[in-house]
Amino acid sequence: MDYSYVFLILLLPALSFVLLGLAGMKMSHKLAGMIGTVVLGTVFCLSYYTAFEYFLVQGRGADGLFPTITTFNFTWLKFTELLTFNIGFRLTPISVMMLIVISTVSFMVHIYSFGYMHGEKGFQRYYAFLSLFTMSMLGLVVATNIFQMYLFWELVGVSSYLLIGFYYPKHTAVAASKKAFIVTRFADMFFLIGILIYSFYVGTFNYDLNAAPDLAGKVAHVAPLMPLALFLMFIGGAGKSAMFPLHIWLPDAMEGPTPVSALIHAATMVVAGVYLVASLFPLFVHYAPEQLHWIAYIAAFTAFYAAAVACCQSDIKRVLAFSTISQIGFMLVALGVSMPDAELGEVAKTVEYADGNGLGYMAGMFHLFTHAMFKGCLFLCAGCIIEAVGSNEKAYMGKLRKYMPITHISFLVCCLAISGIFPLSGFFSKDEILVACYNFHPAMGMIMSGIACMTAFYMFRLYYVIFWGQSYYETHINEGAKKPHEAPACMTFPLIFLSVMTILCGWIPFGHFVSANGLSFDTHVNWSVAITSTVLALCAIALATYMYIGEKTPVADKLARKYPRLHQAAYRRFYMDEVWMFFTHKIVFRCVSRPIAWFDRHVVDGTFNFLAWSTNEAGESIRPWQSGDVRQYAVWFLTGSVALTLILLCCL
Amino acid sequence: MIPVEFFFVLSALLFFIGFFGFVTRRNLIAMLISIELILNSADINFAVFNRILFPGQLEGFFFSLFSMGVSAAETAVAIAIIINVYRNLHSDQVNSIENMKF
Repeated sequence: MDYSYVFLILLLPALSFVLLGLAGMKMSHKLAGMIGTVVLGTVFCLSYYTAFEYFLVQGRGADGLFPTITTFNFTWLKFTELLTFNIGFRLTPISVMMLIVISTVSFMVHIYSFGYMHGEKGFQRYYAFLSLFTMSMLGLVVATNIFQMYLFWELVGVSSYLLIGFYYPKHTAVAASKKAFIVTRFADMFFLIGILIYSFYVGTFNYDLNAAPDLAGKVAHVAPLMPLALFLMFIGGAGKSAMFPLHIWLPDAMEGPTPVSALIHAATMVVAGVYLVASLFPLFVHYAPEQLHWIAYIAAFTAFYAAAVACCQSDIKRVLAFSTISQIGFMLVALGVSMPDAELGEVAKTVEYADGNGLGYMAGMFHLFTHAMFKGCLFLCAGCIIEAVGSNEKAYMGKLRKYMPITHISFLVCCLAISGIFPLSGFFSKDEILVACYNFHPAMGMIMSGIACMTAFYMFRLYYVIFWGQSYYETHINEGAKKPHEAPACMTFPLIFLSVMTILCGWIPFGHFVSANGLSFDTHVNWSVAITSTVLALCAIALATYMYIGEKTPVADKLARKYPRLHQAAYRRFYMDEVWMFFTHKIVFRCVSRPIAWFDRHVVDGTFNFLAWSTNEAGESIRPWQSGDVRQYAVWFLTGSVALTLILLCCL
Repeated sequence: MIPVEFFFVLSALLFFIGFFGFVTRRNLIAMLISIELILNSADINFAVFNRILFPGQLEGFFFSLFSMGVSAAETAVAIAIIINVYRNLHSDQVNSIENMKF
């Protein structure tokens, strides 16, 4: 099978970034947008073609696995025999799946941005950054070694920073972009330490046990260190994937343009942490199953926390942001509840393992896939709504279903999907996650079912306050409120496309493509779990309907009045930002930074100031000697010579 | 034959007279004459040492001739400078040439 063309998948967006970045300002908006979109369209086609070739034409090898194909892997920097950085392109089932996810959402966002960013200042810059992001994200998922992944990981962080701060004259956007960058960088420091520990002891940056046959033996030598290294790497992933308590940057990242939120902060970049854990999954399962379970606990708590906060937010993008955090929590829970095979203590090469202890892996990846589609669509819907009413606040919406039918239907489909209603994609993926959780421990399963129920509640709360309830336009028509209108075709097409994907992609037999050990197995709906979760979701939807469908929302207001503390705390995200502010300003700045700054100002600067001062003073004090009067010099010279002669005479 | 010490006394006297003149006089021409005296004392020493240490040879004599040539050239340059200074500053006093000092 010839995959020599795949380098184009990385090269084309890179070229488009360079072209638009350097020459974009000379182009018209239309041309710049066309270049970006056509390039992404090509990448989209190439990715689908690659997936088609990889999964369907080439198929499984003799051992029943999809082969790991490294199309190229050249040495980029060679320091020593051991310390060599490679850049390459590797096709594995999950990286091919990620190619599909990234190129689909990115392509849709490129089309959508034509409408959404129409007439914006810096339109060309926007497309250049989108290309940069797409290139980095694609480079991340096809990485052949952990260092390449880290490299593109940071590039992704930079492009996220640039896009959050796209409206740079706005103070809040600048603050949000800085916050996102600093928080994720802080987490990446741990990632880097993890990489260094891993590579120092194992002696290579490779992590894929399938690609390097001798790797398993090397890792086994340093097994006691693996839990530490892997968990440090996970902290880096937790920063990107907004796990508690490093989630604080993601809600603020909504300051960026809405299509960017859809692409980066919902569908692709934030799942990088999930992808990282999935890539390291065989190592985690074999050497650090305990740490894998910690990940599950952290993720479950994050999912609960974010769902609770999402119930009380009034900014629709914030609700979606917290919903994203919660759903990423679901994916990591799924990975985290996976267990090693009971007898072997590692990933077993049997179908029973893939369907049993290793089910979470497939479930997490499946949810990543479906979530990218419906969450991307939800954000794009939110973009249409914000464009139509001119605000993020729910108070300016209401009864929009009359004015925006396509957006309404797409939003409803995606809400049903994220709530896990049959036969939409979210139902299948969430069902697998819950089954994996129940396999792990019934308590975990129940907690996650509860959070799934909350998901349905807050999503339908959002749905009703936007599309039902009291219309802001109708009540403020005399005050000159703008009439909401449906978005243009280039914005509704991505909504329709992603909605169709959401409806269909649940029926993909995902177990045949991606599984913990690569073997094919039939996913089957566990009806007891499925019925329970569906009933719970329906109850939550009914509750949301009861509370929010009317023009007034007496029940919700009454609850908010009855528990003002709780409501306020949830609205203020349980004061996590304040806790971090306290931690950074009061503890880090005051106890660490201030003394260091004092030491720098006084001791380090003081030493050098003293050196400069003493040189200066010495010069000043001997300056009068150099009078410029030659006769005086002559006297000194003569005196010196006579003195020297006398000394010599006396000594000899 | 004149004892060698007499020559030394003469050259030392010349040297110190020249040096005293160089240090005390303010007039540029006088300072130049003083420098010539110092050079002459050195020339006498060359000649004397040639005579008592290497009687058959002529290096010392030639060297004093050479030194005279150099001092003649130097005097020509110095006089040119002094005349220029006088034209510009209307003074031949060494204290008045202070605006060329750093």
